[in-house]
Amino acid sequence: MPISALIVDDSSVMRKIVERSLRQAGIDLTKVFEAGNGAEALVVLRENAVDLILCDINMPVMDGLEFIKQLPTVANAKDVPVVMITTEGSESHVVEALSHGARGYIRKPFTAEQVKEHVVPVLGSKS
Amino acid sequence: MKSPNELQAAHGPHADWIPLLETATREVFELMLGCQLTLPSDHQDPEHDVTAMVGLAGQLCGVLSVRCDGKAAALMTSKMLGVELDKVGPDVSDALGEVCNMVAGNFKNKIAGLAEGCLLSPPTVITGSDYSLHSLAESPELEISLLFERMPLVVSLQIHS
Repeated sequence: MPISALIVDDSSVMRKIVERSLRQAGIDLTKVFEAGNGAEALVVLRENAVDLILCDINMPVMDGLEFIKQLPTVANAKDVPVVMITTEGSESHVVEALSHGARGYIRKPFTAEQVKEHVVPVLGSKS
Repeated sequence: MKSPNELQAAHGPHADWIPLLETATREVFELMLGCQLTLPSDHQDPEHDVTAMVGLAGQLCGVLSVRCDGKAAALMTSKMLGVELDKVGPDVSDALGEVCNMVAGNFKNKIAGLAEGCLLSPPTVITGSDYSLHSLAESPELEISLLFERMPLVVSLQIHS
């Protein structure tokens, strides 16, 4: 099933890599939105419906952990699955992200296969 | 026979980190750029038109840097984005900064206690070669030399504390 996704990362190169990895993983993307930090992502979500969010943790302005805490304030996004993609290997970051509703956690560097392993299950029947 | 990096690792208080730094770097290039780094036949100090740096703070304080020439940085960008070399635009600094960020993160995640106790700064990228860096801390430095598509690549970790 075709889906739309929001990719949140302060690196435009990384956003493109994540999009390419999703496509290589066989995910049918109809629309990809991009944001450079959590605050920009919330703005995008207030105006657009998405099926999946992939989010970095370390970002300026609003980091990924703060973003996921604020996500329930956006009515049409509170049930959208979020997968964190980050260089941070800290167990406390993983626990915090999962406790605030993240559905998966991928560490950079990653392969398209790893993206598939983490993303397909959270999409359920949409994948 | 020991590699140049292993020979360099035989000295210094953090000498056992050299193989971890090399592995962390190789993994980033294999997974994100789809290429194998090779070892130079001898230690080289390449022309470094582009230098990316990431600061580490916490249980380990220091700076990790990746430096290479502009042609190598452009080819890295091309491989990361999956575009032809002549289509690479202004993303080179962003790409090398991300490589440095991933090497730093991957390295610290390989050392017990550092994944939790050490934070990374956003990457800083210097373009140009006519500069010198001075640290106020008298600190040891780990350095590995590798070849990326036959072009020299140097990864350094300056340890402040």
